[in-house]
Amino acid sequence: MSVLAGLYKPEAGTIIVDGESADFNSPKDAIAMGLGMIHQHFTLIESHTVTENILLGLDDPRFLMKLHHYDKKMETLGEQYGMQVTPAAKIWQLSVGEQQRVEILKMLYRGVRVLIMDEPTSVLAPQEIEELFKTLRSMTVDGRSIVFISHKLNEVMSIADRITVLRQGKVTAAGIHTATTSKPELANLMVGRKVLFQLDKTAKEPGDVVLELKAVSSLNDKGLPALRNVNLKVRSGEIVGVAGVAGNGQTELGEVITGLRRCTAGEILVNGQDVTNKSARVPINLGVAHVPEDRTHVGTAPNLTITDNVIMKSYREPPLAKGSSLDHVAAREKAVHLKDEYTILAPSVDTQVRMLSGGNLQRVILAREFSAQPVLLIAMQPTRGLDVGAIEGVQRLLLEQRDAGAAILLVSEELEEIFTLSDRIAVIYEGEIVGDGVEADAQQVGLMMTGGKESSPEGTTS
Amino acid sequence: MDPIIILHAGVATGTVLLFATIGEIFAERAGVLNLGLEGMMLIGAMSAFAITVQTGNGGLGLLAAMLAAGILSLLHGLVTIHFQADQVVSGLALTFLGVGLSLVLGEGLSSAGAIALLPKYTVPVLSSIPLLGPILFTKQSVMVYIGYILIPLSWFYINHTRFGLHLRAVGENPTAADAMGLNIYRLRYTYVFVGGILAGLAGGTISLAISPGWFSELTTGGMGWIAIGLVIFAQWNPWRAAFGSYAFGALRRTILDIQGPQMIFGLRNPFFFNPYYGFFLQMLPFAFTIIVLIIGSRGALRKRLGAPAALGLPYIRGERGL
Amino acid sequence: MTSNEAEKQGSSRRFQLPFQIRVEPRLEVPRWLSPVVSLGAIITALLLGGLILAFVGGNPFQAYAHIAKAAFGNLGVLSDTLVKATPLILTGLACTVAFRMKLWNIGAEGQFYMGALGASIVVLTGLVPEDASRFVTVSVMLIAGVVFGAFWGFIPGWLKARLKVNEIITTLMLNYIAISLTNYFIFGVWSEGGFQMSHTFQRSAWLPRLADFAEQMPILRGLTTHFGLVFAIVAAVIVGYVLYRSIWGYEIRLIGDNPRAAEYAGINITRNTVLVMMFSGALAGLGGMSEIGGVVHRLQAAISPGYGFTGIIIAWLAKLNPIVVIPVAVLFGGLILAGREIQPAGIPRLIQGIILFMLIASDVLLRYRIRIVRRAERV
Repeated sequence: MSVLAGLYKPEAGTIIVDGESADFNSPKDAIAMGLGMIHQHFTLIESHTVTENILLGLDDPRFLMKLHHYDKKMETLGEQYGMQVTPAAKIWQLSVGEQQRVEILKMLYRGVRVLIMDEPTSVLAPQEIEELFKTLRSMTVDGRSIVFISHKLNEVMSIADRITVLRQGKVTAAGIHTATTSKPELANLMVGRKVLFQLDKTAKEPGDVVLELKAVSSLNDKGLPALRNVNLKVRSGEIVGVAGVAGNGQTELGEVITGLRRCTAGEILVNGQDVTNKSARVPINLGVAHVPEDRTHVGTAPNLTITDNVIMKSYREPPLAKGSSLDHVAAREKAVHLKDEYTILAPSVDTQVRMLSGGNLQRVILAREFSAQPVLLIAMQPTRGLDVGAIEGVQRLLLEQRDAGAAILLVSEELEEIFTLSDRIAVIYEGEIVGDGVEADAQQVGLMMTGGKESSPEGTTS
Repeated sequence: MDPIIILHAGVATGTVLLFATIGEIFAERAGVLNLGLEGMMLIGAMSAFAITVQTGNGGLGLLAAMLAAGILSLLHGLVTIHFQADQVVSGLALTFLGVGLSLVLGEGLSSAGAIALLPKYTVPVLSSIPLLGPILFTKQSVMVYIGYILIPLSWFYINHTRFGLHLRAVGENPTAADAMGLNIYRLRYTYVFVGGILAGLAGGTISLAISPGWFSELTTGGMGWIAIGLVIFAQWNPWRAAFGSYAFGALRRTILDIQGPQMIFGLRNPFFFNPYYGFFLQMLPFAFTIIVLIIGSRGALRKRLGAPAALGLPYIRGERGL
Repeated sequence: MTSNEAEKQGSSRRFQLPFQIRVEPRLEVPRWLSPVVSLGAIITALLLGGLILAFVGGNPFQAYAHIAKAAFGNLGVLSDTLVKATPLILTGLACTVAFRMKLWNIGAEGQFYMGALGASIVVLTGLVPEDASRFVTVSVMLIAGVVFGAFWGFIPGWLKARLKVNEIITTLMLNYIAISLTNYFIFGVWSEGGFQMSHTFQRSAWLPRLADFAEQMPILRGLTTHFGLVFAIVAAVIVGYVLYRSIWGYEIRLIGDNPRAAEYAGINITRNTVLVMMFSGALAGLGGMSEIGGVVHRLQAAISPGYGFTGIIIAWLAKLNPIVVIPVAVLFGGLILAGREIQPAGIPRLIQGIILFMLIASDVLLRYRIRIVRRAERV
């Protein structure tokens, strides 16, 4: 898709637009021919306004930025397609859904006829997804086409007229009509083997409370409340899945537990020990493992080797630590062992991890966190950005840890994943736990995720 | 210790800092940190002096200064933009290079004798304005007036033109700018070059207008580094840059003047009676730069403003075929 | 596609070479490549320097030959080169330690001066009695030098850690402040007869040097290499241990590569910022003390021809490896020693600048490689 959008040059083959072969040297060329792409990570300038972002890169206005004039234009354009926008607002002030609308408007303003959308729903709640689908359908009414990239088979089946499946860079099925196929068939085409949609999860009686949050409140980076009075318990041998739309406090939730963010109120206890506002080392020493959301910027050190990355939590203790020294031989041995066990594909343990693919990078992190036999595992979006095969692998490992007695807090944007893996489901909305121990019902959960309703209090406090 | 004289000199010396600071603001807004200001200014000063000695034409000297520093800045650009080397180290290397080249090529210049300085002007009506007139518009070098024009011009360019929008976008989020069709490489080179030109202009201003002559490294005496600190104080805004530059200029003059009189404000002047205390005075500009930095850093945190988000980071757009 | 269409396509396409030059990121860096590239960079730098020298009317061959002889030609000059190398090793180590954590310590020069000041203060103020033994005197000087240097590193370190103030500028400003401060003491407090220096220190404040043993071994006659070299080498070994074998070194490297990951791993970045800057300052301060005790034996102006700045280049050339710093420092020591006699005076500095430039430019060869690929045939 990046090739179509003009970001990369193809090594072979041709792109034919309106019957003529096209050669794109940059995204600008592609847009000129009517092909525009909206990436998973928005290409917006946070500190600029909506109008400034939409106008970026265009030759008009020629010199002076008459923002008032263009602000009006943007408003009108938005109304035309049923999208509300505040043209003078700065991007960082908008919600993710609103930011996505700006991205769409950018393309519409440029007269794009084929809109490519890369995983557009990963940041939206079910209701927002429905709105997006409505917008997309209205765009096709006046002749525009949409290429909808997604690994969420439900959505693909819902929105697409025709489906093309790619596996490892090759087309395994092209232009199938949606009506003629099914989810299992698509999954098979994607992975090349039968993918089980049901993982074997044995029912388990959860043990003692390992993690307890009492009335925890916290602020986000902008100084606004991110967590409000959160109460939550996780027991050993159970997976508590927290469902929520990105940006409702999940990130901060993981951070306060692992010591990366301060709470403004409340208490956090791990196995009865207070870890509130202590340094990150305290939970680590208590056996808390953390699989962070951001693999590259938080979870690993890109220029260091696999060995260096894998010992990141264990280097302070024997056998790796000998007084003030680090035992290199032991570290390397451990790395080799883990590389094998978790099938990390790399030339050697001395490879710098920035060379690894997303899936392998995640395996490095999992190897590090899981091998420590944690009592509590905080898993933040553990399967984000991975292919179906890798996702399956990660989910299996999570279940293994649960069966071994770990308490797991799973935060994920994939409702399917939450439903499949969790023993108990909680929903977070605007920093509050609006549901705890809810049914695995997409409709209900979706409503709660968008503030629709609070779940009625359960008989038992879990 | 006449305040009018001090401020007048402040504006004059401050103009040097102004050019350098605004130049660096352009480069940094585009996301490229150029620490080589001291080297570029020095080579600008040397080139301006050398060419003026040769040709007798100050204008040519200035042109030479801008060209020399500009070329040097392009080297920095090549290494950081195309080769994606670390911007900090490259800037330092540029300083060594610039200083070294200036010393080598400028050998023997200090004995060149007097040259034609750039003209000074007094603006007819404006110089009669009470207070501001004698400071801003009386007997100031032509470079100072150029400075006055540069301030609003650069502010307007950055904030109210399409090109300014592109400039800011490149420094904030080059990935987004690239996706919208902006040529990141070309834009960064351009503004690094602008920074270089202005640094050269600053150097030329020293050797042809403010402190005429060639005194090896003492010609710039650390002003390039002070300018880098001023950029942070200025929060990448030309108006604040002007305020900071002129204030520093005034400080320098104060330091000089304060050692003169026997009595200051009715008290014995310690700097007069013990000339060695002058060394502490020498520290002041540098100590002030640190203080100015602290203020700038805290202000940035408070207002949630701050450096262009992509400052100092090389831009790589995946694999490219040539 | 019909043959007509294929023909049309072929003729409308512009001429292309049958192969394509691709620049790709390297997956692995072969171990031999790094030193080869560095060597290539230095040679290129020397060539360029020679060109410029020729341009201003000098003779590069003569100049370089002279440098080689004047720096390494005989035992005497070799000894002098080592004397110059001693402070360079220490400032090189100072920069190595700081750069490993991506702390840009440009203030090694100022920390050097402060170390010299500290070592001089304990002698000139009589803190150490004049009749104290050499061992005591030198030890106190050493401690003072290290402490003063560490303090000068503490200031920017703390400012960075607590107030997020850019350390490049603060360390640089502190250079100028340190020099002014030292000058005040030289001119205003301890000046002897209006000269730019204090009186010469008592013998017990002098570091032993090889020439002292000329009676036992005549070959050592006139050799100026002093005990500071031992300090420097020991320091290099210590830094090597810290960086490669110790837990602290692992933390430093981790912070340098990805501070957020280090935070996530439970490492205290604030504390380490301050500690590493102090360590770095201490090393440079030791260099200052060594220069005072081993070479000039008094406090005087301009004790450093830019050792602190050359240290930056040395650290970079040594690829932040403390052991490699030693031979690199010797090389630069020779350059500075012999360069004093070359006209024009800026040549050594210029060559240093070109070397650093070529080094960072050549890094690109380590990250990318050039591949020639046959263009795919279009059917």
